[in-house]
Amino acid sequence: MVCVRPSVREIGPMTVDYYGIDEELSEEERLVRDNVRRFVSDRILPDIGRHYQQGTFPVELIGEFGELGLLGANLKGYGCAGMGDVAYGLAMQELEWGDSGVRSFASVQGALCMYPIHAFGSEEQKERYLPGMARGEIIGCFGLTEPDFGSNPSGMITVAERLSGGGFRLNGTKRWITNGNLAHIAIVWAKLNGKVHGFLVPTDTPGFTARKIDDKFSLRASVTSELILEDVEVGDDALLPGVSGMRGPLSCLSQARYGICWGAIGAASSCYETALAYAKDRVQFRRPIAGYQLVQNKLVHMLSEITKAQWLTLRLGRLKEAGKVRPAQISLAKRNNVAQALEIARMARDVLGANGIMYEYPVGRHMMNLETVYTYEGTHDIHTLIVGQDITGLAAFE
Amino acid sequence: MKILVPVKRVADPDNANKVKVSDDGTKVTSDGLEWKMNPFDEWSLEAALRLTEDVSKKGMKGDDGKPLDRIGEVVLVSIGPKDAVQTIRQGLAMGAERGILVEAEDSSLDSHVVAQVLAAVAQKENPDIVFLGKQSADGDSNVAGTKLAEMLGWPLVNYATSIRTEPGSDTLTVTRALDGGVQTIEVKMPCVLTSTDRILHPESVKNGVTPEDHKYPESEGGRYASLKGIMAAKKKPLEETTLEALGVTPKRTEEYVKFALPPAREGKATVVESVDELVEKLHSEAKVL
Repeated sequence: MVCVRPSVREIGPMTVDYYGIDEELSEEERLVRDNVRRFVSDRILPDIGRHYQQGTFPVELIGEFGELGLLGANLKGYGCAGMGDVAYGLAMQELEWGDSGVRSFASVQGALCMYPIHAFGSEEQKERYLPGMARGEIIGCFGLTEPDFGSNPSGMITVAERLSGGGFRLNGTKRWITNGNLAHIAIVWAKLNGKVHGFLVPTDTPGFTARKIDDKFSLRASVTSELILEDVEVGDDALLPGVSGMRGPLSCLSQARYGICWGAIGAASSCYETALAYAKDRVQFRRPIAGYQLVQNKLVHMLSEITKAQWLTLRLGRLKEAGKVRPAQISLAKRNNVAQALEIARMARDVLGANGIMYEYPVGRHMMNLETVYTYEGTHDIHTLIVGQDITGLAAFE
Repeated sequence: MKILVPVKRVADPDNANKVKVSDDGTKVTSDGLEWKMNPFDEWSLEAALRLTEDVSKKGMKGDDGKPLDRIGEVVLVSIGPKDAVQTIRQGLAMGAERGILVEAEDSSLDSHVVAQVLAAVAQKENPDIVFLGKQSADGDSNVAGTKLAEMLGWPLVNYATSIRTEPGSDTLTVTRALDGGVQTIEVKMPCVLTSTDRILHPESVKNGVTPEDHKYPESEGGRYASLKGIMAAKKKPLEETTLEALGVTPKRTEEYVKFALPPAREGKATVVESVDELVEKLHSEAKVL
């Protein structure tokens, strides 16, 4: 009888944990991290390079995301897993350890689409959409950004007007919309009598068009679209009744940015793990390059920044679980973690030399992805100004 | 159908370079090790979950809130220190109904004592099947299942590659892979089983309830614990007991005399001038020719 040894893949590699942060996590949180990592290792990593090259999202895995409970994982009820915020964050970290595009899918579905329905929707809207969205059968997209209104979303020109016979008519254009061409339902933010409101627009409504944006060199394993709304008519039940004004979309962004804080650690960890293994293996001038001071300086910088980000973000998660987190605190972590992850990715690319630009290794893909993450969901500079305003009381962007 | 699945925690093989031996060489020190469910146990757990579910009712719940896809009971048992609970939780999160932790120091156990404890738990629980991993990935002894069957006086089928049964039947049809062929065995329950990785094949387990044409996904291990499963696992019953409470007087049959790590590899390269010199060195120094 042949003894079959379990493969490394089956068990899953270990995570970067220099300070034993594992001991600060609950049993449930560790189980979430380990199971999601195994899923990413088995199901996402083998094919993600090909998807990135071809510019496609792995749609075949959406059902499995739903089965695992990754969609809207920190929401309660309506078929959602009801995880704590740290467990949810660890799931996002592991997804982005695979690819930022995959984590983006889960962030948009859960934090930008399911969250506003959960927080501001009517009971009827919640029952109609949330269970199917949690299963991955109904896909959502979030239409806030416009071609001319990125960092300044409150300037949006998409408008809604009330129809005399009931319902609303929407007109406008949204751009840089993740999942736009995959979505069955779009959350469109539009001005109704000068005030921002959210509308649930089925994407098969006449006058609604999604155009896929293909010519991008980042986040290629993710669908990015432009949404065009020309006299799109929806019923009264399309309006999200629970919120008006910029608080609506901004509260969604806080949820999504929180997930990005964790995700960036995942991408950075993948780059560090790859660079460390490569440096120990790659021999130049008769010894491994890991033995040279310049390379060690890079590896230690990476580990140091990852370790700091882990503790910063764990504390942020505990604040969120306690209901005490302020949006500016999320901004500080998003700003820090993504900037550091991007620098780590560039350093890892450097350590890998020419191999760093090959699809064979994940670092080039992470590096290109993180350029997007650096800019979306509030650019690095905007987050600087949010924290700046928070500590000085003076808004620099108005 | 009720299935008892023993699950052992083993040191994560990926972390194997952290395994250390105590200075006197009498034991493996566990400081700083990461633990995982023994993969062989995970295969048997996956098969046990397949035997006790109806995938056509997946995700459906009855009026009492209980999942309708579960048509039997899987009980996990682990023997070890308190933090072995995490291994049981992983199994509960995958779908098992409840768990039993028999507290004991790892150093006080050998295969015989493990079989004694499992026999005591089996006599208390009266399962239809005790479904073990064929061996543990650390000790590799490969005897606990066999000893257990002997102690219970139950039939044993080792290295199962497929299992078929029908609702209400007291018989399992189990196949085993032999060199150059397949052996089919009919075994009456209660019985003891162990499995190989072929039990994970998409169509290896048929329980007569899950639709006959259902194919499980290809996998090298058991199913992933879903986030909902992890949440549900927190509320599942987990009983803690001891050898004394089970009435087990441990009778060790083995003493571990010495552990040694493999010798460090010497990375020495010699440049040879000719093929003749190479052959000569392979013969006289490496002694491989």
